[in-house]
Amino acid sequence: MPLYAYLTLAALLFAIGFFGVVTRRNTIGILLGIELMLNAVNINLVAFARFNADIVGMVFTAFTIPITVAEVALGLAIVILMFRMRRTAIADHLDILKG
Amino acid sequence: MTDPAQPALLALLLPACAFLILAVVAPLRRRGRLAAGLSVLFSAGALVAAIAALRLTAGSDGFSEWLWAWIPAEAGPLASVGVLADGDSAIMLVLVALVSFLVQVYSLGYLSDESMPALGRYYAYQSLFAFSMMGLVLAPNFVQLFICWELVGLCSYLLIGYWYTRPEAARAAVKAFWITKAADVGMLVGIVLLWRHTGTFDFLELLQMADGRVIPLAGLGVITFCIYLGASGKSAQFPFHIWLPDAMEGPTPVSALIHAATMVTAGVYLLTRTVWLFRLTPDVMQIIAWNGAFTALLAAVLACVQTDIKRVLAYSTVSQLGYMMAAIGAGFASAGFLHLLTHGIFKALLFLGAGAVIHAVGTNDIFRMGGLARKMPQTAIVFLVGTMSLTGVPFFAGFFSKEEILGAVLAGGFPGPFAMLLLGAFLTAFYMFRVVFITFFGTPAATHGADAHHVHDAPPFMALPLWILALLSVGIGTLFAFWHPKEEFETLGWLTPTAIVVAFAGIALAYLVYQRRAISADALARAFAPIRAAALRRFWIDDVFSFIYRGLMLGLAKVVGWVDRYFVDGILNVLSAWTLTAGDSLRRLQSGRAQDYVYGIALGVLLLLVWVRWPR
Repeated sequence: MPLYAYLTLAALLFAIGFFGVVTRRNTIGILLGIELMLNAVNINLVAFARFNADIVGMVFTAFTIPITVAEVALGLAIVILMFRMRRTAIADHLDILKG
Repeated sequence: MTDPAQPALLALLLPACAFLILAVVAPLRRRGRLAAGLSVLFSAGALVAAIAALRLTAGSDGFSEWLWAWIPAEAGPLASVGVLADGDSAIMLVLVALVSFLVQVYSLGYLSDESMPALGRYYAYQSLFAFSMMGLVLAPNFVQLFICWELVGLCSYLLIGYWYTRPEAARAAVKAFWITKAADVGMLVGIVLLWRHTGTFDFLELLQMADGRVIPLAGLGVITFCIYLGASGKSAQFPFHIWLPDAMEGPTPVSALIHAATMVTAGVYLLTRTVWLFRLTPDVMQIIAWNGAFTALLAAVLACVQTDIKRVLAYSTVSQLGYMMAAIGAGFASAGFLHLLTHGIFKALLFLGAGAVIHAVGTNDIFRMGGLARKMPQTAIVFLVGTMSLTGVPFFAGFFSKEEILGAVLAGGFPGPFAMLLLGAFLTAFYMFRVVFITFFGTPAATHGADAHHVHDAPPFMALPLWILALLSVGIGTLFAFWHPKEEFETLGWLTPTAIVVAFAGIALAYLVYQRRAISADALARAFAPIRAAALRRFWIDDVFSFIYRGLMLGLAKVVGWVDRYFVDGILNVLSAWTLTAGDSLRRLQSGRAQDYVYGIALGVLLLLVWVRWPR
């Protein structure tokens, strides 16, 4: 399969993830969208590593995956804490970033 | 000790020390009598030093200059401070120190009802004035002269406004300050132009240049005219004379010292000192002579209609300053300077005498006095001595110096001013004896009849200076009668009898009108009704000034204020309103919801991509 097939798949996956991030009202849904976007990047890295015969992309991905896991764990913890404090997990209600 | 600059410097520094002590040591100042004692003591020391300086300059024909560099420059100092002790400055120094000392002694009695802190403040100002005036007298260059010139102006302002809770006093102080300041702007311009013209501020260097005819004459007229402008402001020449009568709101000893004997003569002194510069510009000399004579006559007319004893004396001072200026303008500065000295003595005497009367009667209005000669004989005698000196009765101080001025003006080739001055001399005799007859010899006025037993001669502190000045007036007059100083010009034989006749004619008219009542004062007033009406309005000169101030300056201020309020502020207000509106609309972008920010980030990335990838 040629390179662009992988890149198209990754682009689609990124777009779906972005769509999820900006449209989902549930915070956990947003986290899932972020996860999709990260993995789309991972597919890109691996595909380029393979087609350019460069191991660096693989190694980089090997680092990104555990970091992603840690990020999700952290994100879920924040969501749980937020739910405890505000009794909601709906993103629209969490507008405390407002100055 | 043979150098006259040494005692002169001492005389200058003693009042400065007194002022510094009184200014810094507040507890001493608040204990008014102690402060007064200190100030009097220091000014007595200054008087002794000044007399020593005079003796030293009289002994040697030379002069002595001590200089300290003040503003350094590459080719010698740009400006120096120091003392220049010569014959003129030494005798002026004695006059200043003498009158200053006597006035300070007199004030002990005159201001005895004042609160202690106010008295301390008064003596601090007095010491500052003595220092500034002596600094002016001894100034070796225009820079020091100008600094001291402004300092005496400040002291004048502070002392006119001594009773600053009275609105008239506060107003008079401000009026005196801003009118003299307006004239001083001219003087400052003149001094700076002179420096550009010649490259020096120093009197002796300028004198050498003037003698050697190396000062370029082109443009010099403007310079001397500017300097004359400053001098005419300080010496109350037309049209700047309007501040001096109002300055009488200050305590009477202050009027005697500052507004009769010393500060107002600073302009005359300056012209005397730099007359060699003015001689190079005959046009300006003409202006000085004519304006001086005109001022003398104008002020004499104004003095005839005043009812306030101090205002009569104030206009008389303006008039006499006009005489001095006329003599200087005619080219004989020594005649003007001589009259300055004698006038300083007898005008201080007149003011202090008037102060004794006011102190006793409690009013300035001559028509509420009357018959005071019986109740206060000593004051009446000394006041009469002063009046006869001013009028020019033989054997009194003013006789010789006034005749000298008349002779000088005639010898200088000014018949017009001479006629004005002669008429002025007649009016002088009339208005001064009008005051004398009404105040001291008339029938006692009803108003003080009730408390007539309170009216008595002055206490010793006030009487002593009066007697000293009276003896000096007589002494100087007698001295001149037998020993004339050498004259620079030929005096015509008919001048002396004419001057005496004119003086006695004025006295006789006043006697007939106000003592014998042979001529009704009302009839006299009717005969001169237009002039009298105009004089009562002060010839509208004050109105012109107040029109300039209210109409032009305040009008301009209003226009400028409008531009500032509606144009300059308007632009800023519109800008700030726009900023607020813009901020208000932009505020909605910050919703606080993370997802909206993600939109923003995505949009930004997209724009960046387009920008980076845009085909160029």
